[in-house]
Amino acid sequence: MAEEITKLICITCPMGCALQVTHDGKMVTKVEGSQCKKGVAYGEAEIKDPRRMVTSTVRVAGGGHPLVAVYTAAPIPKPLIFDLLAELRQVELHAPVKMGQVVVENALGTGVNVVASRDLPVA
Amino acid sequence: MALKAKYDVIIIGSGPAGLAAAVAAKKEGAEDVLIVERDKELGGILLQCIHNGFGLETFKEDMPGPSYAQRFAQEALSLGVETLPDAMVLDVTSTRHLYAIGKWSGLVDLEARAIVLSMGCRERTRPQIRIPGTRPAGVYTAGTAQRFVNVEGWMPGKRFVILGSGDIGMIMARRLTFEGAKVERVLEIMPFLTGLTRNYVQCLLDYNIPLQLGHTVKRILGNHRVEAIEAVRVDAKWNPIPGTEEVIPCDTLLLSVGLTPENELSKKAGVLIDPVTGGPFVDEGMQTNVPGIFAAGNVVHVYDLVDWVTEAGYLAGRSAARFAIAERKRATGQVKLQAGDNVRYVVPQVMDREALAQSGQRLQMRVVKPIEEKVWVEIMDGQNLVARKGQRYARPGEMVTVDLPQKAYDAVQKADHLTVRVVKRGGE
Repeated sequence: MAEEITKLICITCPMGCALQVTHDGKMVTKVEGSQCKKGVAYGEAEIKDPRRMVTSTVRVAGGGHPLVAVYTAAPIPKPLIFDLLAELRQVELHAPVKMGQVVVENALGTGVNVVASRDLPVA
Repeated sequence: MALKAKYDVIIIGSGPAGLAAAVAAKKEGAEDVLIVERDKELGGILLQCIHNGFGLETFKEDMPGPSYAQRFAQEALSLGVETLPDAMVLDVTSTRHLYAIGKWSGLVDLEARAIVLSMGCRERTRPQIRIPGTRPAGVYTAGTAQRFVNVEGWMPGKRFVILGSGDIGMIMARRLTFEGAKVERVLEIMPFLTGLTRNYVQCLLDYNIPLQLGHTVKRILGNHRVEAIEAVRVDAKWNPIPGTEEVIPCDTLLLSVGLTPENELSKKAGVLIDPVTGGPFVDEGMQTNVPGIFAAGNVVHVYDLVDWVTEAGYLAGRSAARFAIAERKRATGQVKLQAGDNVRYVVPQVMDREALAQSGQRLQMRVVKPIEEKVWVEIMDGQNLVARKGQRYARPGEMVTVDLPQKAYDAVQKADHLTVRVVKRGGE
Protein backbone atom coordinates (compact mmCIF):
# COMPACT_ATOMS: atom_id res chain seq x y z
CA MET A 1 0.00 0.00 0.00
CA ALA A 2 1.08 3.57 -0.66
CA GLU A 3 1.60 6.20 2.02
CA GLU A 4 -0.83 9.07 1.95
CA ILE A 5 -1.20 12.39 3.78
CA THR A 6 -4.48 13.32 5.44
CA LYS A 7 -5.08 16.88 6.57
CA LEU A 8 -6.95 17.22 9.87
CA ILE A 9 -7.83 19.96 12.31
CA CYS A 10 -7.18 19.02 15.93
CA ILE A 11 -10.24 19.36 18.19
CA THR A 12 -8.53 18.66 21.51
CA CYS A 13 -8.50 22.33 22.51
CA PRO A 14 -9.73 25.66 21.08
CA MET A 15 -6.37 26.30 19.34
CA GLY A 16 -7.36 24.04 16.43
CA CYS A 17 -3.92 23.08 15.02
CA ALA A 18 -3.82 22.09 11.33
CA LEU A 19 -2.36 18.57 11.28
CA GLN A 20 -0.77 16.62 8.43
CA VAL A 21 -0.93 12.92 9.17
CA THR A 22 1.24 10.60 7.05
CA HIS A 23 -0.16 7.06 7.06
CA ASP A 24 -0.44 3.84 5.15
CA GLY A 25 -3.99 2.70 5.63
CA LYS A 26 -4.41 2.73 9.40
CA MET A 27 -0.65 2.70 10.05
CA VAL A 28 0.35 6.21 11.07
CA THR A 29 4.01 7.08 10.46
CA LYS A 30 4.07 10.82 11.14
CA VAL A 31 1.91 13.61 12.64
CA GLU A 32 3.04 17.14 11.77
CA GLY A 33 1.72 20.60 12.58
CA SER A 34 0.74 19.96 16.17
CA GLN A 35 1.76 22.39 18.93
CA CYS A 36 1.50 19.77 21.68
CA LYS A 37 1.50 16.04 22.41
CA LYS A 38 -2.27 15.86 22.56
CA GLY A 39 -2.36 16.82 18.90
CA VAL A 40 -0.09 13.92 17.95
CA ALA A 41 -2.31 11.52 19.88
CA TYR A 42 -5.41 12.99 18.25
CA GLY A 43 -3.90 12.71 14.76
CA GLU A 44 -3.04 9.04 15.29
CA ALA A 45 -6.37 8.16 16.85
CA GLU A 46 -8.29 9.99 14.13
CA ILE A 47 -6.78 7.68 11.50
CA LYS A 48 -6.79 4.44 13.51
CA ASP A 49 -10.02 4.67 15.45
CA PRO A 50 -11.79 8.05 15.32
CA ARG A 51 -13.99 8.63 18.36
CA ARG A 52 -16.36 11.29 19.64
CA MET A 53 -18.18 12.05 22.83
CA VAL A 54 -21.92 11.91 22.07
CA THR A 55 -24.46 14.04 23.88
CA SER A 56 -28.19 13.77 23.35
CA THR A 57 -31.42 13.52 25.32
CA VAL A 58 -33.74 10.74 26.49
CA ARG A 59 -37.37 10.88 27.53
CA VAL A 60 -38.27 11.14 31.20
CA ALA A 61 -41.69 10.45 32.68
CA GLY A 62 -42.80 12.39 35.75
CA GLY A 63 -39.98 14.94 35.86
CA GLY A 64 -39.98 18.73 35.67
CA HIS A 65 -38.95 18.48 32.01
CA PRO A 66 -39.94 15.85 29.39
CA LEU A 67 -36.25 15.16 28.61
CA VAL A 68 -32.94 14.84 30.33
CA ALA A 69 -29.58 15.37 28.64
CA VAL A 70 -27.29 12.31 28.57
CA TYR A 71 -23.72 11.76 27.38
CA THR A 72 -21.21 9.03 26.75
CA ALA A 73 -18.83 8.83 29.72
CA ALA A 74 -15.97 8.42 27.19
CA PRO A 75 -15.67 8.89 23.41
CA ILE A 76 -17.17 6.13 21.26
CA PRO A 77 -16.23 5.11 17.67
CA LYS A 78 -17.57 7.61 15.14
CA PRO A 79 -19.32 5.03 12.92
CA LEU A 80 -21.53 4.03 15.89
CA ILE A 81 -22.92 7.51 16.63
CA PHE A 82 -26.19 7.16 14.72
CA ASP A 83 -26.76 3.62 16.02
CA LEU A 84 -26.38 4.94 19.55
CA LEU A 85 -28.79 7.82 18.86
CA ALA A 86 -31.35 5.31 17.57
CA GLU A 87 -30.96 3.28 20.75
CA LEU A 88 -31.34 6.36 22.95
CA ARG A 89 -34.66 7.12 21.23
CA GLN A 90 -36.01 3.87 22.71
CA VAL A 91 -35.07 4.82 26.29
CA GLU A 92 -37.54 6.28 28.73
CA LEU A 93 -36.49 7.05 32.31
CA HIS A 94 -38.70 7.72 35.29
CA ALA A 95 -38.09 10.66 37.61
CA PRO A 96 -36.25 11.11 39.86
CA VAL A 97 -33.10 11.00 37.73
CA LYS A 98 -29.70 11.53 39.36
CA MET A 99 -26.61 13.15 37.81
CA GLY A 100 -24.19 10.42 36.70
CA GLN A 101 -26.92 7.74 36.75
CA VAL A 102 -26.20 5.06 34.11
CA VAL A 103 -28.82 5.32 31.36
CA VAL A 104 -27.39 2.70 28.98
CA GLU A 105 -24.74 0.31 30.24
CA ASN A 106 -21.96 -0.78 27.88
CA ALA A 107 -23.58 1.01 24.94
CA LEU A 108 -23.44 -1.09 21.71
CA GLY A 109 -20.76 -3.24 23.31
CA THR A 110 -18.24 -0.40 23.39
CA GLY A 111 -17.66 -0.72 27.12
CA VAL A 112 -18.77 2.92 27.47
CA ASN A 113 -21.77 3.87 29.60
CA VAL A 114 -24.26 6.57 28.72
CA VAL A 115 -24.96 8.65 31.82
CA ALA A 116 -27.39 11.39 32.88
CA SER A 117 -26.01 14.93 32.89
CA ARG A 118 -28.09 16.26 35.78
CA ASP A 119 -30.66 15.56 38.46
CA LEU A 120 -34.30 15.69 37.42
CA PRO A 121 -36.49 15.49 40.51
CA VAL A 122 -40.11 14.39 40.48
CA ALA A 123 -42.25 17.33 39.37
CA MET B 1 -37.63 30.13 52.35
CA ALA B 2 -38.17 33.35 54.24
CA LEU B 3 -36.35 36.23 52.64
CA LYS B 4 -34.30 38.65 54.68
CA ALA B 5 -34.81 42.37 54.26
CA LYS B 6 -31.10 43.01 53.79
CA TYR B 7 -28.35 40.86 52.29
CA ASP B 8 -24.60 41.26 52.12
CA VAL B 9 -24.59 40.28 48.43
CA ILE B 10 -27.50 39.84 46.01
CA ILE B 11 -26.71 38.24 42.65
CA ILE B 12 -29.01 38.67 39.66
CA GLY B 13 -28.93 35.58 37.43
CA SER B 14 -27.73 32.04 38.17
CA GLY B 15 -25.73 31.20 35.07
CA PRO B 16 -22.04 30.32 35.38
CA ALA B 17 -21.09 33.90 36.35
CA GLY B 18 -23.76 34.23 39.02
CA LEU B 19 -23.10 30.81 40.54
CA ALA B 20 -19.34 31.46 40.69
CA ALA B 21 -19.97 34.90 42.23
CA ALA B 22 -22.18 33.34 44.92
CA VAL B 23 -19.58 30.69 45.78
CA ALA B 24 -16.74 33.23 45.91
CA ALA B 25 -18.74 35.75 47.95
CA LYS B 26 -19.48 33.12 50.61
CA LYS B 27 -15.87 31.94 50.70
CA GLU B 28 -14.70 35.55 51.08
CA GLY B 29 -16.81 35.91 54.23
CA ALA B 30 -20.10 37.44 53.10
CA GLU B 31 -22.87 36.33 55.48
CA ASP B 32 -26.17 36.52 53.66
CA VAL B 33 -25.91 35.84 49.93
CA LEU B 34 -29.00 35.60 47.70
CA ILE B 35 -29.32 34.61 44.04
CA VAL B 36 -32.42 35.83 42.21
CA GLU B 37 -33.19 33.72 39.11
CA ARG B 38 -36.06 34.14 36.67
CA ASP B 39 -36.15 30.47 35.64
CA LYS B 40 -37.51 27.76 37.93
CA GLU B 41 -34.07 26.23 38.44
CA LEU B 42 -30.47 27.39 38.72
CA GLY B 43 -27.97 27.17 35.87
CA GLY B 44 -29.04 29.69 33.23
CA ILE B 45 -28.19 28.85 29.63
CA LEU B 46 -25.90 25.99 30.75
CA LEU B 47 -29.05 23.90 31.20
CA GLN B 48 -29.74 23.90 27.47
CA CYS B 49 -26.09 23.55 26.43
CA ILE B 50 -26.11 19.76 26.50
CA HIS B 51 -22.97 19.41 24.36
CA ASN B 52 -19.73 18.46 26.07
CA GLY B 53 -16.61 20.59 26.39
CA PHE B 54 -17.46 22.25 29.71
CA GLY B 55 -15.23 22.00 32.76
CA LEU B 56 -11.95 21.17 31.02
CA GLU B 57 -10.18 23.97 32.91
CA THR B 58 -12.25 24.19 36.09
CA PHE B 59 -12.79 20.49 36.85
CA LYS B 60 -10.21 18.89 34.47
CA GLU B 61 -13.13 16.87 33.14
CA ASP B 62 -15.10 16.98 29.89
CA MET B 63 -18.75 17.39 30.78
CA PRO B 64 -22.02 18.78 29.36
CA GLY B 65 -23.44 22.16 30.45
CA PRO B 66 -26.10 20.82 32.85
CA SER B 67 -23.44 18.88 34.81
CA TYR B 68 -21.25 21.97 35.09
CA ALA B 69 -24.24 23.99 36.34
CA GLN B 70 -25.26 21.35 38.87
CA ARG B 71 -21.79 21.08 40.38
CA PHE B 72 -21.70 24.83 40.97
CA ALA B 73 -25.29 25.01 42.19
CA GLN B 74 -24.58 22.24 44.71
CA GLU B 75 -21.45 23.99 45.94
CA ALA B 76 -23.33 27.30 46.33
CA LEU B 77 -26.19 25.66 48.24
CA SER B 78 -23.83 23.70 50.49
CA LEU B 79 -22.11 26.98 51.42
CA GLY B 80 -25.47 28.39 52.53
CA VAL B 81 -26.29 30.59 49.54
CA GLU B 82 -30.02 31.42 49.47
CA THR B 83 -32.00 31.38 46.24
CA LEU B 84 -35.13 33.08 44.95
CA PRO B 85 -36.02 31.21 41.74
CA ASP B 86 -38.97 31.89 39.41
CA ALA B 87 -38.64 35.61 40.17
CA MET B 88 -37.93 38.47 37.81
CA VAL B 89 -35.99 41.50 38.95
CA LEU B 90 -37.90 44.59 37.84
CA ASP B 91 -35.71 47.37 39.15
CA VAL B 92 -32.33 48.00 40.75
CA THR B 93 -31.44 51.37 42.24
CA SER B 94 -28.06 53.02 42.69
CA THR B 95 -28.62 52.76 46.46
CA ARG B 96 -28.76 48.96 45.99
CA HIS B 97 -32.46 48.41 46.49
CA LEU B 98 -33.87 45.67 44.34
CA TYR B 99 -37.48 44.96 43.41
CA ALA B 100 -38.46 41.54 42.10
CA ILE B 101 -41.72 39.79 41.34
CA GLY B 102 -42.34 36.05 41.32
CA LYS B 103 -45.14 33.56 41.21
CA TRP B 104 -44.42 32.34 44.74
CA SER B 105 -42.77 35.32 46.36
CA GLY B 106 -45.08 38.07 45.09
CA LEU B 107 -43.49 41.51 44.93
CA VAL B 108 -40.38 41.70 47.08
CA ASP B 109 -38.32 44.72 48.10
CA LEU B 110 -34.76 43.73 48.95
CA GLU B 111 -31.70 45.66 50.01
CA ALA B 112 -28.08 44.65 49.49
CA ARG B 113 -24.73 45.97 50.66
CA ALA B 114 -23.37 44.80 47.28
CA ILE B 115 -24.98 43.59 44.05
CA VAL B 116 -23.54 41.40 41.30
CA LEU B 117 -25.12 41.82 37.87
CA SER B 118 -24.88 38.52 35.99
CA MET B 119 -27.85 38.59 33.62
CA GLY B 120 -25.95 37.33 30.56
CA CYS B 121 -27.01 38.13 27.02
CA ARG B 122 -29.96 38.13 24.69
CA GLU B 123 -29.68 36.81 21.16
CA ARG B 124 -29.87 39.18 18.23
CA THR B 125 -33.04 38.61 16.24
CA ARG B 126 -34.30 39.03 12.70
CA PRO B 127 -35.26 42.74 13.06
CA GLN B 128 -31.78 43.56 14.35
CA ILE B 129 -30.14 42.24 11.19
CA ARG B 130 -32.97 43.41 8.90
CA ILE B 131 -33.55 40.40 6.64
CA PRO B 132 -36.03 41.35 3.89
CA GLY B 133 -38.88 39.14 2.71
CA THR B 134 -42.14 37.83 4.08
CA ARG B 135 -42.71 37.18 7.77
CA PRO B 136 -43.67 33.51 7.99
CA ALA B 137 -43.39 31.17 10.96
CA GLY B 138 -40.18 29.17 11.12
CA VAL B 139 -37.57 31.84 11.88
CA TYR B 140 -35.92 31.24 15.24
CA THR B 141 -32.82 32.32 17.07
CA ALA B 142 -30.45 29.37 17.53
CA GLY B 143 -30.69 29.56 21.32
CA THR B 144 -34.48 29.40 21.28
CA ALA B 145 -34.33 26.33 19.05
CA GLN B 146 -31.73 24.88 21.42
CA ARG B 147 -34.07 25.30 24.38
CA PHE B 148 -36.96 23.70 22.42
CA VAL B 149 -34.92 20.69 21.29
CA ASN B 150 -32.79 20.05 24.38
CA VAL B 151 -35.05 20.96 27.29
CA GLU B 152 -38.66 21.12 26.19
CA GLY B 153 -38.66 18.33 23.62
CA TRP B 154 -39.96 20.07 20.49
CA MET B 155 -38.42 20.00 17.00
CA PRO B 156 -38.89 23.40 15.38
CA GLY B 157 -38.64 22.04 11.80
CA LYS B 158 -37.33 19.37 9.43
CA ARG B 159 -35.13 21.20 6.89
CA PHE B 160 -32.90 23.93 8.22
CA VAL B 161 -30.68 26.71 7.01
CA ILE B 162 -28.54 28.31 9.70
CA LEU B 163 -27.31 31.88 9.35
CA GLY B 164 -24.12 32.52 11.32
CA SER B 165 -21.11 30.32 12.03
CA GLY B 166 -20.95 31.14 15.73
CA ASP B 167 -20.63 28.27 18.18
CA ILE B 168 -24.34 28.03 18.97
CA GLY B 169 -25.19 27.85 15.25
CA MET B 170 -22.69 25.07 14.52
CA ILE B 171 -23.60 23.12 17.66
CA MET B 172 -27.27 23.32 16.70
CA ALA B 173 -26.45 22.09 13.18
CA ARG B 174 -25.09 18.87 14.70
CA ARG B 175 -27.83 18.61 17.30
CA LEU B 176 -30.62 18.91 14.70
CA THR B 177 -28.85 16.32 12.54
CA PHE B 178 -28.80 13.99 15.57
CA GLU B 179 -32.55 14.43 15.93
CA GLY B 180 -33.24 13.48 12.33
CA ALA B 181 -33.45 16.89 10.66
CA LYS B 182 -31.59 17.90 7.51
CA VAL B 183 -29.35 20.93 7.79
CA GLU B 184 -29.01 22.19 4.25
CA ARG B 185 -26.45 24.91 4.80
CA VAL B 186 -24.65 27.12 7.28
CA LEU B 187 -24.13 30.64 5.92
CA GLU B 188 -21.62 33.13 7.32
CA ILE B 189 -21.49 36.74 6.16
CA MET B 190 -17.86 37.19 7.27
CA PRO B 191 -15.04 35.77 5.11
CA PHE B 192 -13.95 33.67 8.13
CA LEU B 193 -15.46 31.31 10.70
CA THR B 194 -16.77 33.19 13.75
CA GLY B 195 -16.95 30.22 16.15
CA LEU B 196 -14.27 27.83 17.37
CA THR B 197 -12.40 25.76 14.78
CA ARG B 198 -13.02 22.56 16.72
CA ASN B 199 -16.76 23.14 16.45
CA TYR B 200 -16.38 23.45 12.67
CA VAL B 201 -14.70 20.03 12.66
CA GLN B 202 -16.87 18.13 15.13
CA CYS B 203 -20.21 19.76 14.28
CA LEU B 204 -20.08 20.46 10.54
CA LEU B 205 -17.26 18.47 8.89
CA ASP B 206 -18.12 15.26 10.79
CA TYR B 207 -21.66 15.30 9.37
CA ASN B 208 -20.96 16.79 5.92
CA ILE B 209 -22.92 19.96 6.63
CA PRO B 210 -21.85 22.57 4.06
CA LEU B 211 -20.55 25.94 5.27
CA GLN B 212 -20.45 28.95 2.96
CA LEU B 213 -18.34 31.90 4.07
CA GLY B 214 -19.03 35.37 2.68
CA HIS B 215 -22.71 34.52 2.23
CA THR B 216 -25.90 35.77 3.82
CA VAL B 217 -29.68 35.47 3.53
CA LYS B 218 -30.97 37.94 0.95
CA ARG B 219 -34.62 37.26 1.71
CA ILE B 220 -37.02 34.82 3.28
CA LEU B 221 -39.68 33.14 1.11
CA GLY B 222 -43.02 31.66 2.22
CA ASN B 223 -46.36 32.95 3.43
CA HIS B 224 -47.50 31.02 6.49
CA ARG B 225 -44.36 28.96 6.94
CA VAL B 226 -40.83 29.39 5.64
CA GLU B 227 -40.63 27.66 2.23
CA ALA B 228 -37.12 28.67 1.21
CA ILE B 229 -34.48 31.29 1.73
CA GLU B 230 -32.49 33.08 -0.91
CA ALA B 231 -28.77 32.95 -0.17
CA VAL B 232 -26.36 35.40 -1.76
CA ARG B 233 -22.64 36.04 -1.83
CA VAL B 234 -21.51 39.40 -0.41
CA ASP B 235 -18.56 41.66 -1.16
CA ALA B 236 -16.12 43.08 1.40
CA LYS B 237 -18.72 45.69 2.40
CA TRP B 238 -21.44 43.06 2.85
CA ASN B 239 -23.26 44.19 -0.30
CA PRO B 240 -24.99 41.31 -2.13
CA ILE B 241 -23.28 40.43 -5.40
CA PRO B 242 -25.96 40.30 -8.14
CA GLY B 243 -26.11 37.01 -9.98
CA THR B 244 -24.90 34.90 -7.04
CA GLU B 245 -28.35 34.27 -5.57
CA GLU B 246 -29.39 30.70 -4.78
CA VAL B 247 -32.79 29.62 -3.52
CA ILE B 248 -32.43 26.95 -0.82
CA PRO B 249 -35.69 25.13 0.03
CA CYS B 250 -36.16 24.73 3.80
CA ASP B 251 -38.87 25.07 6.43
CA THR B 252 -36.85 26.73 9.18
CA LEU B 253 -34.18 29.42 9.40
CA LEU B 254 -32.05 29.61 12.52
CA LEU B 255 -30.24 32.82 13.34
CA SER B 256 -26.92 32.62 15.17
CA VAL B 257 -25.95 36.21 14.57
CA GLY B 258 -24.52 37.43 17.80
CA LEU B 259 -25.42 38.25 21.38
CA THR B 260 -26.23 41.52 23.11
CA PRO B 261 -25.46 41.93 26.83
CA GLU B 262 -28.73 42.35 28.71
CA ASN B 263 -28.24 45.59 30.64
CA GLU B 264 -31.68 47.12 31.07
CA LEU B 265 -31.43 46.67 34.85
CA SER B 266 -27.85 47.97 34.93
CA LYS B 267 -28.97 51.18 33.22
CA LYS B 268 -31.80 51.66 35.74
CA ALA B 269 -29.19 51.54 38.50
CA GLY B 270 -27.15 54.25 36.77
CA VAL B 271 -24.44 51.89 35.52
CA LEU B 272 -22.52 53.32 32.57
CA ILE B 273 -22.37 51.10 29.48
CA ASP B 274 -19.37 50.83 27.15
CA PRO B 275 -20.76 51.35 23.64
CA VAL B 276 -18.24 48.88 22.19
CA THR B 277 -18.93 45.88 24.46
CA GLY B 278 -22.54 46.74 25.25
CA GLY B 279 -21.67 45.90 28.87
CA PRO B 280 -20.81 47.99 31.94
CA PHE B 281 -17.49 49.78 32.31
CA VAL B 282 -15.76 47.82 35.08
CA ASP B 283 -12.60 48.20 37.16
CA GLU B 284 -10.04 45.51 38.01
CA GLY B 285 -12.39 44.07 40.65
CA MET B 286 -15.38 44.04 38.25
CA GLN B 287 -16.97 47.04 40.01
CA THR B 288 -19.08 49.32 37.81
CA ASN B 289 -19.14 53.12 38.12
CA VAL B 290 -21.85 52.73 40.82
CA PRO B 291 -20.19 51.90 44.16
CA GLY B 292 -21.21 48.45 45.39
CA ILE B 293 -22.58 47.28 42.03
CA PHE B 294 -20.42 44.66 40.31
CA ALA B 295 -20.86 42.76 37.05
CA ALA B 296 -19.54 39.49 35.60
CA GLY B 297 -19.89 37.19 32.62
CA ASN B 298 -21.64 37.76 29.33
CA VAL B 299 -23.41 40.83 30.72
CA VAL B 300 -19.98 42.53 30.61
CA HIS B 301 -18.74 41.18 27.28
CA VAL B 302 -19.37 38.02 25.28
CA TYR B 303 -17.15 35.06 26.25
CA ASP B 304 -16.43 31.93 24.22
CA LEU B 305 -15.34 29.67 27.12
CA VAL B 306 -17.34 29.04 30.29
CA ASP B 307 -14.19 28.65 32.38
CA TRP B 308 -13.37 32.30 31.83
CA VAL B 309 -16.91 33.29 32.78
CA THR B 310 -16.45 31.34 36.01
CA GLU B 311 -13.18 33.20 36.68
CA ALA B 312 -14.91 36.54 36.15
CA GLY B 313 -17.72 35.44 38.47
CA TYR B 314 -15.24 34.48 41.20
CA LEU B 315 -13.56 37.87 40.93
CA ALA B 316 -16.83 39.83 41.07
CA GLY B 317 -18.10 37.71 43.97
CA ARG B 318 -14.92 38.27 46.00
CA SER B 319 -14.98 42.01 45.34
CA ALA B 320 -18.68 42.24 46.23
CA ALA B 321 -18.12 40.38 49.51
CA ARG B 322 -15.24 42.68 50.48
CA PHE B 323 -17.35 45.73 49.70
CA ALA B 324 -20.26 44.37 51.75
CA ILE B 325 -18.05 43.56 54.73
CA ALA B 326 -16.50 47.04 54.67
CA GLU B 327 -19.99 48.53 54.37
CA ARG B 328 -21.21 46.57 57.40
CA LYS B 329 -18.18 47.69 59.40
CA ARG B 330 -18.76 51.30 58.44
CA ALA B 331 -22.45 51.07 59.43
CA THR B 332 -21.68 49.59 62.87
CA GLY B 333 -19.17 52.41 63.39
CA GLN B 334 -22.05 54.88 63.31
CA VAL B 335 -24.76 55.72 65.80
CA LYS B 336 -28.17 56.97 64.64
CA LEU B 337 -29.62 60.18 66.08
CA GLN B 338 -33.41 59.98 66.26
CA ALA B 339 -36.24 62.33 67.10
CA GLY B 340 -38.04 61.51 70.40
CA ASP B 341 -40.89 63.22 72.30
CA ASN B 342 -41.85 66.59 70.82
CA VAL B 343 -38.93 66.57 68.35
CA ARG B 344 -39.61 66.55 64.61
CA TYR B 345 -36.09 65.70 63.41
CA VAL B 346 -32.44 65.81 64.42
CA VAL B 347 -29.49 66.95 62.30
CA PRO B 348 -27.08 65.24 61.86
CA GLN B 349 -29.08 62.00 61.48
CA VAL B 350 -26.01 59.77 62.05
CA MET B 351 -22.72 60.29 63.83
CA ASP B 352 -19.43 58.41 63.74
CA ARG B 353 -18.81 56.81 67.13
CA GLU B 354 -15.29 58.23 67.14
CA ALA B 355 -16.44 61.81 66.52
CA LEU B 356 -16.42 62.63 70.26
CA ALA B 357 -12.75 61.68 70.50
CA GLN B 358 -12.04 64.88 68.56
CA SER B 359 -14.58 67.31 70.02
CA GLY B 360 -18.11 67.66 71.36
CA GLN B 361 -20.89 67.58 68.77
CA ARG B 362 -23.74 70.03 68.38
CA LEU B 363 -27.15 68.59 67.49
CA GLN B 364 -29.84 70.76 65.85
CA MET B 365 -33.59 70.14 65.78
CA ARG B 366 -37.05 71.59 65.71
CA VAL B 367 -39.83 70.83 68.18
CA VAL B 368 -43.31 69.71 67.16
CA LYS B 369 -45.40 71.83 69.58
CA PRO B 370 -44.62 74.97 71.59
CA ILE B 371 -43.98 74.59 75.33
CA GLU B 372 -44.22 77.98 77.10
CA GLU B 373 -42.46 76.95 80.30
CA LYS B 374 -39.04 75.61 81.34
CA VAL B 375 -37.96 72.51 79.38
CA TRP B 376 -35.14 69.97 79.27
CA VAL B 377 -33.54 69.07 75.94
CA GLU B 378 -32.37 65.55 76.65
CA ILE B 379 -30.20 63.07 74.73
CA MET B 380 -31.20 59.54 75.75
CA ASP B 381 -29.86 56.04 75.17
CA GLY B 382 -33.12 54.17 75.79
CA GLN B 383 -34.04 55.06 79.43
CA ASN B 384 -30.54 56.34 80.27
CA LEU B 385 -29.80 60.03 80.15
CA VAL B 386 -26.61 60.82 78.23
CA ALA B 387 -26.67 64.63 78.29
CA ARG B 388 -29.15 67.49 78.70
CA LYS B 389 -29.55 71.23 78.82
CA GLY B 390 -32.28 73.50 80.13
CA GLN B 391 -34.22 76.20 78.21
CA ARG B 392 -36.86 78.68 79.32
CA TYR B 393 -39.26 77.58 76.53
CA ALA B 394 -39.32 75.73 73.15
CA ARG B 395 -41.12 76.87 70.00
CA PRO B 396 -41.32 75.24 66.50
CA GLY B 397 -40.28 78.54 64.88
CA GLU B 398 -36.99 78.64 66.79
CA MET B 399 -34.34 76.02 66.14
CA VAL B 400 -33.20 74.13 69.23
CA THR B 401 -29.61 72.96 69.78
CA VAL B 402 -27.98 70.71 72.31
CA ASP B 403 -24.33 69.71 72.69
CA LEU B 404 -23.17 66.14 73.07
CA PRO B 405 -20.05 66.59 75.23
CA GLN B 406 -16.79 64.67 74.87
CA LYS B 407 -17.38 62.99 78.22
CA ALA B 408 -20.34 61.13 76.61
CA TYR B 409 -17.81 59.12 74.56
CA ASP B 410 -18.24 55.87 76.55
CA ALA B 411 -22.03 56.12 76.57
CA VAL B 412 -22.04 56.58 72.78
CA GLN B 413 -19.91 53.46 72.25
CA LYS B 414 -22.57 51.35 73.99
CA ALA B 415 -25.62 52.86 72.25
CA ASP B 416 -27.32 51.45 69.16
CA HIS B 417 -29.00 54.81 68.63
CA LEU B 418 -29.59 58.02 70.58
CA THR B 419 -32.94 59.76 70.97
CA VAL B 420 -33.42 63.47 71.55
CA ARG B 421 -36.53 64.75 73.36
CA VAL B 422 -37.79 68.10 74.59
CA VAL B 423 -39.90 67.80 77.76
CA LYS B 424 -41.30 70.02 80.49
CA ARG B 425 -38.94 70.31 83.44
CA GLY B 426 -41.79 69.76 85.89
CA GLY B 427 -42.79 66.54 84.15
CA GLU B 428 -39.56 64.60 84.69
